[in-house]
Amino acid sequence: MPLIHMKPKPNHRLLQIKNLKKYYPVTAGFFSRHIGDIKAVDGVTLDISEREIIGLVGESGCGKSTLGKTIPKLEEPTSGEILYKGTDITKLDKSGLVELRKEIQIIFQDPDASLDPRMSAGDSICEPLIIHKIGDEKTRMDRVAELMEQVGLETRQANLYPHEFSGGQKQRIGIARALAMNPKLIIADEPVSALDVSIQAQILNLMMDIQEKFGLAYLLIAHDLSVIRHMAHRVAIMYLGKIVELANKRELFENPLHPYTEALLSAVPSFKPKDKGRILLRGDVPSPLNPPSGCHFHPRCHRVMPVCNQQGPELAKVSKGHFVACHLYR
Amino acid sequence: MNNAILKVSDLKTYFFTSRGIVKAVDGVDFELRRGECLCLVGESGCGKTVTALSILRLFDSPPGKIVCGKISYDTLNLTKCSSKQLRQIRGKDIAMVFQEAQSALNPVLTIGDQIIEQIKLHLPLDHIMARDRAITLLSEMGIPSAERVMSYYPHQLSGGMKQRVLIAMSLSCDPQILIADEPTTAVDVTIKAQILDIFRELKAKRQMSTLFITHDLAVVAEIGDRATVMYGGKDVETASVSEIISNPKHPYTSGLIDCLPDTSKSTGRLASIPGTTPNPIQMPQGCAFHPRCPKVMKICSRQEPPETTISKEHKVSCHLYT
Repeated sequence: MPLIHMKPKPNHRLLQIKNLKKYYPVTAGFFSRHIGDIKAVDGVTLDISEREIIGLVGESGCGKSTLGKTIPKLEEPTSGEILYKGTDITKLDKSGLVELRKEIQIIFQDPDASLDPRMSAGDSICEPLIIHKIGDEKTRMDRVAELMEQVGLETRQANLYPHEFSGGQKQRIGIARALAMNPKLIIADEPVSALDVSIQAQILNLMMDIQEKFGLAYLLIAHDLSVIRHMAHRVAIMYLGKIVELANKRELFENPLHPYTEALLSAVPSFKPKDKGRILLRGDVPSPLNPPSGCHFHPRCHRVMPVCNQQGPELAKVSKGHFVACHLYR
Repeated sequence: MNNAILKVSDLKTYFFTSRGIVKAVDGVDFELRRGECLCLVGESGCGKTVTALSILRLFDSPPGKIVCGKISYDTLNLTKCSSKQLRQIRGKDIAMVFQEAQSALNPVLTIGDQIIEQIKLHLPLDHIMARDRAITLLSEMGIPSAERVMSYYPHQLSGGMKQRVLIAMSLSCDPQILIADEPTTAVDVTIKAQILDIFRELKAKRQMSTLFITHDLAVVAEIGDRATVMYGGKDVETASVSEIISNPKHPYTSGLIDCLPDTSKSTGRLASIPGTTPNPIQMPQGCAFHPRCPKVMKICSRQEPPETTISKEHKVSCHLYT
């Protein structure tokens, strides 16, 4: 079978992120003195084409969720540009943002936390329609029924409350709600990490179906590399606020260049015995408040060189479509 | 050949709640052999954690109760032991590593205090010897500057570190059996690899008998010797790990394996198991898996399948093989 989901259109840029930064100030003392910044997103440049699925991978605390939230401006960016179809999101006013958010929607990680326990499934799915003043009550009801069908829920379940659904069904409600506005881009923040494997497969299949049907682009945030490998067209690896490697899926999985990517790939437990030894990373992700000098990865890197702790490498092109930020490839 | 160190037979643990009887564990049989790593595999709600808690009787009673079954350890039947006897076994003979390191550690005590407390409780050591033992254990677990970590509080450690502290703590009294309940679930892949490495080393160096509870079949493939797959409170298939993965017999086991987006495969539609895990208050009649089973037959909804032996080491409970 060929690629099940639609091929991306590389010439139709949907979103361009340019040198995006999101710093959270850290204050201390009675006068809330500014003592530093948590550099959650520290200069990310990335673009997403129409119908493209970009996988964003990294360990917890690397800033992938913050990046996801900054795109529809749920978090105010510190600096940088986010161009959606040529318009700079960071400069949009309130009414512009309302329009924008019809086209960019988010699916959150934990459906328990993202659904209001006191709103029925139907009301949750209908809410975006009301906010954006679309249709009257009758047409909204029809739309909710249609959406529920599209995500594999039964229309009679519209009156049920979140606690009456299973985890997978709750995630379906979240997906239906995201689809309500006919978005062009969906940011899916760990959409399946809270689900059992058998349910995870159902949701991933659903996400591929609707991608194909509606020609959606996804920014798929996940720490599970097997999910990314299954879904994405291109993959970006993030470490401490920066993208360290970006490539087509096949290229990235078959020819990982950055030592961090190598280590991540080798760390994934697998059915097949590893031919090469596993690269075990030492230690944890350092605090983004006080990141290591030079390349942030150098204290854990198995191929560290003297230059690494002095100078931070820039993301640079190695071959067509393959970018890496590492001194090894200078 | 009787080298089973722990044998669970026909264990049933029910929770008597106001909404009905939750049959969390409803007839589980397995044995853990000396020096092996047995994996209990299943999705949430299949009863794998309650099985582990039943071994050490660590659930609230009421509402929970072991209604029947036998858990043989050494010469003892743990289901018949008094609370006092059990207290001596917990942590000393059978130790447990819990899933959420964050909630398993006491936030107001230092790491050192928590480990030393357990050592002094079970072993005839004074404070200084207990402290030395704790430091040795922490450094064995790959914790840098273990002596300093002893004075840390849990919140000062990262998730991976906390998990190592828990493992060190569980090993502090040289237990015969280690029960690990999803120790790799809430951590990143790189940390997961580190933790799995520790378990692999434990087996190699200490010949530790480990009951490893997980939902992740890839983890099973990495560290397990044998695996027992659970569904709806029952064990549905038991075999060596290589056999389970290459030659699964139960439709649920093969479903679980097929729906993994394994890194070796690429794009395509994922196989999935339709429906959801059953409500433990209203288990389906007959075989609990029949409403989701792709190979369902008439008999499945009427009669519970008996355990069938495929080969000496491979047992499955499914009507397909009777």
